[in-house]
Amino acid sequence: MKGLLIISGLGILAMLAEIFKFKKLLLPMVLLGIVAAYAFNFMEWKMPMSFSYFDNMIAFDKLALAFSGIIIATAFFWFILANDYFEQDSNMVDHFALVLFALVGALMLTAFKNMTTLFLGVEIMSIPLYVLAASKKRDIKSNEAGFKYLIMGSFASGFLLFGIALVYGATGSFDLMQIRSFISEHGADMPLFFYVGVVMMLIAMCFKVSAAPFHFWAPDVYEGSPTLITALMSTVVKTAAFAAFMRLFMVGFAEISSVWTGILAGIIALSLVIANFSAAMQNNVKRILAYSSISHAAFMLMVILANVRSNLSVNALIYYSLAYSLGSIAAFGIVYNVTKKGNENVDAFNGLAKRNPSLALCMAVAMLSLAGIPITSGFFAKYFVFTAMIGTQYKWLLIVAILTSAVGVYYYLRIVIAMYFKKQDTHEPLPIERSNILVIVLTTAATIAIGIVPGIVAEMFAF
Amino acid sequence: MLTALLILFPLLAGLLVFFVKGNAARNLALGFSIIEFGLAIGAYCLFKHNPDACMLSFDHAWVKSLGIHFSVGIDGMGLLMVLLTTFLVPIIILSSFKNEYSNPHNFYGLILLMQMALIGVFTANDGFLFYVFWELALIPIYFICLLWGGEDRGRITFKFFVYTLFGSLFMLVGLIYLYNHTNVDGLKSWAVQDLYNAGRALTETQQSAVFWMIFIAFAIKMPVFPFHTWQPDTYVTAPTQGTMMLSGIMLKMGTFGVIKWLLPIVPLGLEKWGFTAIVLSVVGIIYASIIAISQKDFKRLIAYSSIAHVGLISAGILSCTQQGIQGAIMQMLAHGVNVVGLFFIADILFRHTGTREMDKLGGIRGMNGNFAVLFLIILLGSVALPLTNGFVGEFLLINGVYQFNATIAAFAGLTVILGAVYMLRAYQKIMLGDRNDSNVAFGSLAGTDKIVLSIICIVIVAFGIYPKPLNDIAEEAVKTIMLNLK
Repeated sequence: MKGLLIISGLGILAMLAEIFKFKKLLLPMVLLGIVAAYAFNFMEWKMPMSFSYFDNMIAFDKLALAFSGIIIATAFFWFILANDYFEQDSNMVDHFALVLFALVGALMLTAFKNMTTLFLGVEIMSIPLYVLAASKKRDIKSNEAGFKYLIMGSFASGFLLFGIALVYGATGSFDLMQIRSFISEHGADMPLFFYVGVVMMLIAMCFKVSAAPFHFWAPDVYEGSPTLITALMSTVVKTAAFAAFMRLFMVGFAEISSVWTGILAGIIALSLVIANFSAAMQNNVKRILAYSSISHAAFMLMVILANVRSNLSVNALIYYSLAYSLGSIAAFGIVYNVTKKGNENVDAFNGLAKRNPSLALCMAVAMLSLAGIPITSGFFAKYFVFTAMIGTQYKWLLIVAILTSAVGVYYYLRIVIAMYFKKQDTHEPLPIERSNILVIVLTTAATIAIGIVPGIVAEMFAF
Repeated sequence: MLTALLILFPLLAGLLVFFVKGNAARNLALGFSIIEFGLAIGAYCLFKHNPDACMLSFDHAWVKSLGIHFSVGIDGMGLLMVLLTTFLVPIIILSSFKNEYSNPHNFYGLILLMQMALIGVFTANDGFLFYVFWELALIPIYFICLLWGGEDRGRITFKFFVYTLFGSLFMLVGLIYLYNHTNVDGLKSWAVQDLYNAGRALTETQQSAVFWMIFIAFAIKMPVFPFHTWQPDTYVTAPTQGTMMLSGIMLKMGTFGVIKWLLPIVPLGLEKWGFTAIVLSVVGIIYASIIAISQKDFKRLIAYSSIAHVGLISAGILSCTQQGIQGAIMQMLAHGVNVVGLFFIADILFRHTGTREMDKLGGIRGMNGNFAVLFLIILLGSVALPLTNGFVGEFLLINGVYQFNATIAAFAGLTVILGAVYMLRAYQKIMLGDRNDSNVAFGSLAGTDKIVLSIICIVIVAFGIYPKPLNDIAEEAVKTIMLNLK
């Protein structure tokens, strides 16, 4: 909770920066603040109890704090990576404030205990992102991205709200635990509109994590938004949305899992197939990564589908979020630097191995991790998902996952092949800012490190 | 401890070589790989002295909560495979001395890393560890083919990578499925013996599913017909040393895997589907042999001959007889040495004449008699003439398949005849007759080339005449394996 408060405070501070003229100091202050937030988060996590506030509307238990930790750490890396994004722009303080408020929403989502906090979290996280997606004001694609995201996002929020209302109508409560106990008491004779509400909430959440067939916004928004905002969407937002998804369905609606697992299985299968085959046909790297994020979303949904409320599932989702966030931050950091000249196609990577060998190596590791090759963390992430899934009745999904993973390797390796094998157009080395190198190298190293000793993460979150 | 060292040493050596510039990397890599061979010899002596020596095994928890252990150990078959690997890697490095590769430090570093992964595969006693090493072996060879390969390598190495990865993922799911059925005092375990027990407790349908899940991974790696389509292109496109690693050692991962990680796990599945798998293997033998006969490119011919050979090995293993499996192990060793020799011959021919097309070659015997003799010895080893190393294995293999089913053995036996046809025809076209192209000048061999060819020839003849040391280990190893199959 202290982390949430600190970051809210930072957001307000950022809005004051223009008036009181400390714009230059803002980035160091934000970084310091985030470190402090992480430290407090960690201390709360170390304590053997959970923290409940506002009449149990929001509660930071172990799980929430673990996800918050991942989100805050990712945000820290993101701010270092993004320092020149802020410098280039005239509306720098606004952007700072927006990103920070989006983070506040993300943290709320990890810890909601009540449908109102869920809705608030989703909105607080999404609204800044609509603006940020359109933050390249003179770029028509960026405007399109923002507009599309806003319209589709509002639509999903409508679904969420309607779903919440129907569930409230049936159970008489917004509180997650009360809904849960109400369901277990009146399991058999719930009215039909209750189930409609649950399915509507499922659809809204699937929209937020961009699972097919609710994914149509993702490629356009990812492509149009500034690369760094795309990085933010595919890491912080995703992790938060999954934390919420997991809490909502594995805690709140676990008792009626037979209603939603079938639908979810279909959504997962569709996401796997559509995402991987579409990605294989793209030329724009950001679109490829957008489709790749849909496919990863499907993998994470599998954990929720498995619906085994044990350490195994929780670990699997936490580990997956961590591995995916690390790989994505590295990948987007590199994409951001490589595509600065404007060419966002795969051929922008041609001959990168000659122009900047260490950057190419980091990109190769990131790609192998996203593709799930040992000894990167992406492999263990997939492994945990497979282990969670194999005990369920949805074994056929594993076969779909394997077949589509093989397609997935195609587009990840396309980038590797371009870097190492294709002739480059220019021979000039590609200079990169120090801070960016730091982030890319750190995340790459972490990707390999938690791939070699996954036990660290697995045992850290064994609660 | 020694086994862990065998894995660790090439890893460190490989990482070190990455940082050495120029040709020093090459010499350093050769030195390291020879030391590694020395270590393997040490393991051999230790094993001879006491097969259960605790020096040979190493076990350390890796991910405790999931029952994953870094557990490695050397048994009879693993020892033979480790010996083969550590013997071939220095030979392969030495054979590259006349090739100029750009960025040699990366090239040799990758070869050593691959050696690490291969030894890991051959010694792993933990299902998960086995899988990790299995996948790890793929990455260095992928980059070797991609960076130093021939024409159109992007597309071909890509096909190779996706094809093998695809199979491996199925194996992963099969192994996880087994793991989920293990129960050691209420906990799950990845240990090989626990997986055996878990597999055998399954019903026939379950075993059949697991059989195909795991067999596909091995079948693609070997490759067995009809999973072979990646192989000829990849062998031809890869740089010679890459091809040697692929065919000499990596292919054995598949056959080794079947013996250690498939047969003992799913006896019922094997009973049901073994016949189908053997038929596929035998179809592969005949199919590949016939294509080999019509090849014009010598390197491609060797690639197809390799499919034929491995088809027989696979048939022998799946026959589940003492002699079949023992023959398979002996043939794995012999084939490893011979195929590396053959690919080296193809490389020498290409370096001296600029072509691998057999129609453009001819009359080389007249220009370089020594080369002709060395080539002939390797070739005879490959067609399994008595008194060469190939004979022992092939004899046992056909014998084993015969015990399983006489008709199949008759077809499998065709490999001997067809093998002789395409090999001798190739020799005739390349070495005998008139010089087809008057420009072709075939000078004397370079020093390192002579050394490599001589070593290979000595091994071929020596183990042809006196296979006993290896055969004894293989026999003992197979006896233990057969106990597990009962």
